[in-house]
Parts: sequence; C-alpha cells; structure tokens
Amino acid sequence: MGTTEELLGRCVGTWCPGATGIANATRLSGGASQETWSFDIVHAGGVTGAILRRAPEGYGAAPERAAGLAAEAVLMQRAYEAGVPSPHVLHVLTPADGLGTGFIMDRVAGETIPRKILRDEEFAAARPKLARQLGKVLADIHGLPLSQLPELRRMTASAEIAELERDYRAFSGPRPVFELALKWLRDNDPGASEHVTLVHGDFRHGNLIVGADGVRAVLDWELAHLGDPMEDLGWICVNSWRFGEIDKPVGGFGTREELFAGYEAAGRVADPARVRFWEVMGTLRWGVMCCGMMQRFRTSPERSIERAMIGRRSSETEIDLLRLLAPRS
Amino acid sequence: MQDDPTPVELIGAAADFLRNDIMPQLAGHSAFKLRVAINALDLVARQLRLEPASDAAEAARLKGLLGVDASLPELNRELAARIARGEARLDTPGIADHLWQTTLDKLAIDQPNYGAYRREREARRD
Repeated sequence: MGTTEELLGRCVGTWCPGATGIANATRLSGGASQETWSFDIVHAGGVTGAILRRAPEGYGAAPERAAGLAAEAVLMQRAYEAGVPSPHVLHVLTPADGLGTGFIMDRVAGETIPRKILRDEEFAAARPKLARQLGKVLADIHGLPLSQLPELRRMTASAEIAELERDYRAFSGPRPVFELALKWLRDNDPGASEHVTLVHGDFRHGNLIVGADGVRAVLDWELAHLGDPMEDLGWICVNSWRFGEIDKPVGGFGTREELFAGYEAAGRVADPARVRFWEVMGTLRWGVMCCGMMQRFRTSPERSIERAMIGRRSSETEIDLLRLLAPRS
Repeated sequence: MQDDPTPVELIGAAADFLRNDIMPQLAGHSAFKLRVAINALDLVARQLRLEPASDAAEAARLKGLLGVDASLPELNRELAARIARGEARLDTPGIADHLWQTTLDKLAIDQPNYGAYRREREARRD
C-alpha cells in the first residue's frame, strides 16, 4: 500500500517511457460519484498534464445507471479515434496498480465552469459558435458504430419514464407539478426510436471543456447507454444548464436551430418534437435528482450544506416544467 | 411569547456578519462553502417571513379546488393523485392558476434570483 501519490508514481513508470515520477497531485472537487485527480507526469523532456478517474471501492451514485469506468475508458478512446474532441486515454488501471478501477487520460486545457464560459471575455468569440459545434460533436458521437462499443444498457423513453417515476416516489413526497410532468411524459411518449445509437447521457456544462476556440473535449461518459439520440439534444436544452441565460436554450449560449444545423450538417437528422420530449424528461430528471440530494443529505452522516441546498433547487425545475407545459408569458 | 429580536432579525445579523466580516478572509473551497451556508441562512429568513401566508393561501385554494378539508400535505397528496389519474388537468378550472401560484411562492423563498422566476414575475407586473 501507499498514498495515492506514491501509487501513481509507481504506476506511470510501468507504461510511460522515460517517466521518473509524478508531481502536483491534487484531488479535484466536482464529479459527485467518482474521484478525479490532476497530476503531472515527470519525464526527462518535462512534464505532461494528466487526469486520473477512479472509483473507490463499492461507491457509485447510481450504480445501475452507471456504465462503469472500464466502459468509460473504451468510449473515450473510441470517441477520440473518431475525431470527437476528447482526452486521450493513456492507461487503464490494472489490479497491480493498487489504485482501484479507472483510467488515466491526458489533461486538456480549458474551462468547464459554466458562469465563466458564459460571461468571461476569453470565451466571447467561442460562444456564438458553440451550439453548432456541439451539434456536430453529438452527430459524431451518435455515428459511432455500435459494434465497436462496450456492453451498455439499452434504454427507451418508456423505460426512462418508469425509472424516473420510481426515483421520484422514493425521494420525495407528492409534488403536483412533478405529477403533471410524469402524466405529460406518459401521454406523449414517442415510442421506441427508429434510430438506436450511443447516447452520451450527460452532455451539458461541466462535462465539456471549452477554450477560446470552442469545445475542446467531451468528458464523463458515466451515464452512456444505447437509446434515442434525441435524448442528448434535449438534455443540453434543459433550462438548468443555461445558468441564467434563459433565452439561449442550448447551454445558455445558443439556439436549438444552431444545434440542429450543426447536427444535420454532419449527416444526421434532428427531430425537434422528440428533442422537446427529452427536454421535459431532462427537466424532471434534474428535479428528481435534486430531491435525491436532499435524501442523501438527510441519511448521510456527512451533513453536507451543499447537498441540502441543492435539495431546495427542485422548485427551479417546477417553474421550468410549468413554462414548458403551461406557458403564460 | 418570546422576546425580541425576532428569528428573522437574528438570522439576518448572523448572515451579515458572515458575509461582511468572515467571507473576505476566506478563499477557495472554504469561501464557496461559506457562500452556500449564507445562502441557506438567507433562505430560512425568507421562509420565516413568507411561508405562513403562502401556506394558508395554498391550503385555501386546494380546499376549494378539491372540495376536501385536510392538512396541507394531505391536500397535496390528493391533488397529486388526481393529476396522476387524469381527473385534474391543466384545462380543469383553477388547476393551472393554482400550480403557477404555488410554484411562484416556492421560488420566492428558494431562489428569488432564478432567471425563469424573475421573468415570470416581470410578466405578471406588466
């Protein structure tokens, strides 16, 4: 055994030619269900920035929804090979590394904090291009051949509605607005998608590294699955990811039309009605996740003020759902 | 009857102290967590001020809409059940207005700076 730093130093020596050790290992905050570490690989020619993603033993926020870190590593590698902006996977952890399960990738420079991406001068030139760029990125992800993918859950709209209803009833008392949204989802279920593709599952601010030139990397394939590709287009339009820029539905920086244009220019077809269905589903999903945070606050010995306050953000999704389903202004 | 200052005044004084005197001394994750803690105190102060009137109005609306006299949680359970069964719909008289008013009253406490809430409040003032 040893500290994470010692184990990492030994690990990089086994696969990185010329590596003499590591430096500046820091555990990053953010990423609720897995550990993320940033560190530098030291070698004769200088240093290479790297990121470790690993799961501590027996931990996972939503184990049945998670693709697993081994699958994440494969997906990231496939995306990289297909030209999707993505970190390069350097090493998949083995039992001999003693670091748990996970992988090491190169560190992509850029920003993930939404308020900076949406407000800082540095990204002013990137913002008008982002929605269209992300449309192309999604088209490329949805175009990955299924035969090259790891084992993933296959989901349909009906299965996701059922799962969401179960989570809602487990996490919260009766909420008339959530009930209305569930009823709407059941009544408007578009049925199984004609096209079944890889779905990233969490394509939004926080999981996208942005630079002055636009999107640089797609992160966090934890919720990847097979299903309706329109799910990814709907999720990035959820108001919760607009961070106050409520008139720019795509991440607070762009329009649906730009997203769809980028998607279609890359050879795939967007279905606005299905995207809207998934936007409603995504809005309710984030609301239910907020209720889940409240439950974790209540039941966990660690009395996290952040989780407690996220619990009180579920009402944000109620007003968003009413604006979608019962608009008045 | 309890003596003054009121809970709202005490929480306000504690939040102001943390905001004005302690926050400038912190950086990084500690500053972030303190900001969240101050937000929690501000939320509690809003709830102490606003909840009695909004709960009373919500209960009165629900009793009228449902024709039932019960506690507020029970009234909400009944409305949720009727919505799930399709007996209360957005085109049922009073339902949409009730859901909107109840949600606006929640946001007034939870997140009065939320963009969608501010937009809806402005639209109602016009």
